Amino acid sequence: MAKPKVGYTRRSLLKAGGAAVAATTLPAPMLWAQDTKDIVLRQFGTGVSNLNDVARKVKEDLGFTLEMTALDSDSVTQRAATQPDSFDIADIEYWICKKVWPTGNLQAMDVSKIANYDKIVGIFKSGKLTPESEIAQGTAPHTVGFIPEPGAKTFADEQTNWMTLIPTIYNADTLGIRPDLIGRPIESWTELLNPEFKGKASILDISSIGIMDMAMVCEAMGEIQYGDKGNMTRDEIDKTMAIFTEAKQNGQFRAFWKTFDESVNLMASGEVVIQSMWSPAITAVKSRGIPCVYQPLKEGYRSWGGGIGLSSSLSGMELDAAYDYINWYLSGWVGGYLMRQGYYSAVPETSKDFMSENEWGYWFEGKEATDVITSPTGDKLAEAGEVRDGGSFYDRMGSVACWNAVMDENQYMVRKWNEFIAA
Amino acid sequence: MAATPLKNRHVLGWLMAMPLSVVLLAFLFAPIVMIAVVSFWGATEFSIYPAFQFDNYEFLFGSPVTYKVFGATLKYALITWALTLAIGFTVAYFLAFHVRSLTIQIALFLICTIPFWTSNIIRMISWIPFLGRNGIANQTLISWGVIDEPLEWLLYSDFSVILAFVHLYTLFMVVPIFNTMMRIDKSLLEAARDNGASGFQTLVHVILPLTKPGIMIGTIFVVTLVMGDFITVRFMSGSQRANVGRLISNDIALLQYPSAAATAVVLLCTVLIVIAILLRFVNIRKEL
Repeated sequence: MAKPKVGYTRRSLLKAGGAAVAATTLPAPMLWAQDTKDIVLRQFGTGVSNLNDVARKVKEDLGFTLEMTALDSDSVTQRAATQPDSFDIADIEYWICKKVWPTGNLQAMDVSKIANYDKIVGIFKSGKLTPESEIAQGTAPHTVGFIPEPGAKTFADEQTNWMTLIPTIYNADTLGIRPDLIGRPIESWTELLNPEFKGKASILDISSIGIMDMAMVCEAMGEIQYGDKGNMTRDEIDKTMAIFTEAKQNGQFRAFWKTFDESVNLMASGEVVIQSMWSPAITAVKSRGIPCVYQPLKEGYRSWGGGIGLSSSLSGMELDAAYDYINWYLSGWVGGYLMRQGYYSAVPETSKDFMSENEWGYWFEGKEATDVITSPTGDKLAEAGEVRDGGSFYDRMGSVACWNAVMDENQYMVRKWNEFIAA
Repeated sequence: MAATPLKNRHVLGWLMAMPLSVVLLAFLFAPIVMIAVVSFWGATEFSIYPAFQFDNYEFLFGSPVTYKVFGATLKYALITWALTLAIGFTVAYFLAFHVRSLTIQIALFLICTIPFWTSNIIRMISWIPFLGRNGIANQTLISWGVIDEPLEWLLYSDFSVILAFVHLYTLFMVVPIFNTMMRIDKSLLEAARDNGASGFQTLVHVILPLTKPGIMIGTIFVVTLVMGDFITVRFMSGSQRANVGRLISNDIALLQYPSAAATAVVLLCTVLIVIAILLRFVNIRKEL
């Protein structure tokens, strides 16, 4: 889909025309309308935010074409690391960024061109949700969110003008359960290995995320005290895997899942009653009329965040279009769309304008729904009077115990994971 | 060029063999050499670097999981082979000797290929809702009163993996066996009957030996397909079981290409050894 490059850049034209004043009043680069319709940006990422509705809206609002490809987390990592020319925009998670950034396939973004930068929640900047918050373990987004200067392959310790990923979407994950098939309250991560659910439990087969769920369980059981769950020692990895391998051999797990759809099917069909799950998967099960709860647990949440990164090969008009896209992404429409699915937007206050008061109250503030809550695609998710599992944004994101992580001993962990799957 | 006749027959022969050799060299030989080379390389989190080290093999042969997984792979291959052979031989026998009319033979044979009109993956995945805990199979058995509790082992077990394998690959056994059977001179069967052989004796002493090359070709198909598979095992076992293919695909997914290459080399050698052993028993050349 290579399109012919035009022989000038927007900036040189602006300079030549002496229109620099106009540019400063509009921090977002504005493109020449007649050219934008030919621009195609190729975005790939995990299924969670690669939504056709977003591509459609981009065409409507910004004029250019966004091509979406949805892959599983491992394939996303692989593609970002090995095929830099196959994409313009990478929609990846922060832990993937930690793995992929050193390859040099992504370019840092100029924070001063991001209109809503100041409104981005603290988690992605200082690491703190509120000034008093404690930073959770694991690959917290702010630790891989900035680099000291363009071209650097290591991350900066504090905020700089160069951002690796523009945060777009994040959430606090926990276990999903089928309350109708379990019939009693579930309060702790330990329940995943409770023999009561033998043959009816599942975890996800994506090592970087699965190991964190495992760690939450082992720590909750009191079997292992981790120095840092997000950066385990070999010994801690061995112990964690040993506990889960034993459970696996005793038939605790019905199946492992790798893609979003698999997790939905396992839960909806009743093959599994308790498993690691992602928020929209719960939504998908519920919208089939099957009861499913995203159970808050006393040990806290395992959290993750995703963002948009730019391919290092982007330049000229496409790069400007990508900045336009990012500014548009943070301006609220997408945020509202994602929040109505149960995710959080990086700039919640702009999303508020795109949600009804009832929706904002239910999804963000943890209030009782005053009316029926529907998903962006029109499925009914909650009745009036229901409250979101886990409560408000600050309740949920405030009790994050760890972030999805890539550890120093990642290669060792990966081999052990492979053994666990094969065991 | 055309004006100067090539006197040397060898040159002409070489030229005629060239296109195929080039294709084989470029698309078969070169990739295998590349895999073998990469299997000695090293890998970091996100890249691979050239080296000559035995780390990948050391880890592979040092891990008890490897032996288990190779064992499981051979087990799948063996059971699938036995079942596809039994079914494939029976179907081919029926088609070749019981159906007299050539038209009906062809028609029935084409019916056998109908499942191939949809993709492999779809044929496999359709088993999942059928075999599930609340699937059709369990519901039917419960309503008949045969069982009280749903059978857990129907899905996400060795059973479902092998079931899918047999379903997917039986035709690869039917076709070569049927092909060989059709070439058996019918007068041999008449001679056997005239000499007083029973139907069973004819089967064992005449048909079976004459069908061996077909069986062997089918065996090679089935064994290599099963040993190289990874997706069937992943879907039908719900990622609970592993074979060598899954080991490789996990490595690739986690960007550990050298380790995947080393496993692939070992798998390739295993398959080649298996085939070499098979070929010791039967000379399939006369079939080709």
